[in-house]
Amino acid sequence: MISIDIEKRLRAYKGEHLLQVKKEFAAGSITKIYGASGAGKTTLLKIIAGFIQPENGSIMVNGVTWFNAANKIGLQPQQRLCGFVFQDYALFPNMTVLEHLQYATTDAAWIDRLLKLGKLEPFVSHKPVYLSGGQQQRLAILRALAIKPKLLLMDEPFSALDPETKTELINALKLIIAELKTTVLVVTHNPQEVAELATEEFKIA
Amino acid sequence: MDPTPIWLTLKLAAITTALLLVIGLPVAWWLSRGRSFFKIVLEAMITMPLVLPPSVLGFYLLLAFSPQHGIGLWLQQTFDIQFVFSFKGLVLASVIYSAPFMIGPIKSALQQLPVSLSQASHSLGKSRWQTFIKILLPNIRPSLLSAIVLTFAHTLGEFGVVLMIGGNIPGVTRVASIAVYDAVEQMDYHSANLYSLVLFAITFVLVIAVFVFNKYQLKSPLE
Repeated sequence: MISIDIEKRLRAYKGEHLLQVKKEFAAGSITKIYGASGAGKTTLLKIIAGFIQPENGSIMVNGVTWFNAANKIGLQPQQRLCGFVFQDYALFPNMTVLEHLQYATTDAAWIDRLLKLGKLEPFVSHKPVYLSGGQQQRLAILRALAIKPKLLLMDEPFSALDPETKTELINALKLIIAELKTTVLVVTHNPQEVAELATEEFKIA
Repeated sequence: MDPTPIWLTLKLAAITTALLLVIGLPVAWWLSRGRSFFKIVLEAMITMPLVLPPSVLGFYLLLAFSPQHGIGLWLQQTFDIQFVFSFKGLVLASVIYSAPFMIGPIKSALQQLPVSLSQASHSLGKSRWQTFIKILLPNIRPSLLSAIVLTFAHTLGEFGVVLMIGGNIPGVTRVASIAVYDAVEQMDYHSANLYSLVLFAITFVLVIAVFVFNKYQLKSPLE
């Protein structure tokens, strides 16, 4: 169970607006998070991962307090170990596909399985600059899965994929997510895009 | 031509560059993360040698480290270290004088990296140190090389500040730039020309090497 009750002031072009989220996500659920541009979808994911601190509130994950403003508790991202798929992919320009996965895990069998899942086996020695947008996006997803996260946060993870590749990837992802018992939050500007994957939905006003 | 000033200059440049690399990397990383008034003041102080006449910096270093009073007296009495008119003093002055050439480019390069690169590494459980060594540093390699070469080349050409704190002691503080000045003073244009030519050649080769290395990054070493 993930229990979130946070407040964070967001700077906008015209003044500030308050991001308020009070929501519980069941363990193992896959939730799509949608809402208007600038509503704070990406910020919410970054708050959960520990990259941004909210002003007030608390975050509890499977009975462990990750953040509590009143008690001044705030686990570092390294302690939270969320799988995170960034909207800009955040791939490391100095590393090949294989090195990305080896940086995240030493489990060679798991790396082989991920490469097969993402159909990136022929590109193991390629650096991100030599990959297509879709391949880069798949690598970002594989890297996040490499640490076998209990919580996977994905920010527009399928936007650069063609429909056929997206469907194949989502089907493979479903199996792995079920196997790892991972809770997934997927941010999307287009709720239809993740309809095949998500079982729950949450709108940020 | 006595080669000692050239060797002394190369030794000074190598030690200064190595020390600044060790000091400059963490300082540049720290400065690149967020802003505070203290950081602005510190950055301004690091940048001062770019705009301050070298003789002014040399004068204050001379005052500060004079063994007659203040820090200089304390260093002399406590550790038996004397910076004025010694090679150690040249190193100290060079580190301060060349600091902006090492710290500036590295700080700018670190600031230009997307913050999501560090965040991605942290989300994989990697510490700040691992992230710095494995992700940040390799991705600022061209700027790092530029900073190293600029620091080395700039130290080769120091004159005012080293003259003020080191004087002109043959074999100890008489570096190539001072040897050129000394030779001209004595109307020995031949020696002055030889020292100048060697300094010019070394610096030119270094700058060309950086341009060639950075060719594919389309970056100028002056960026």
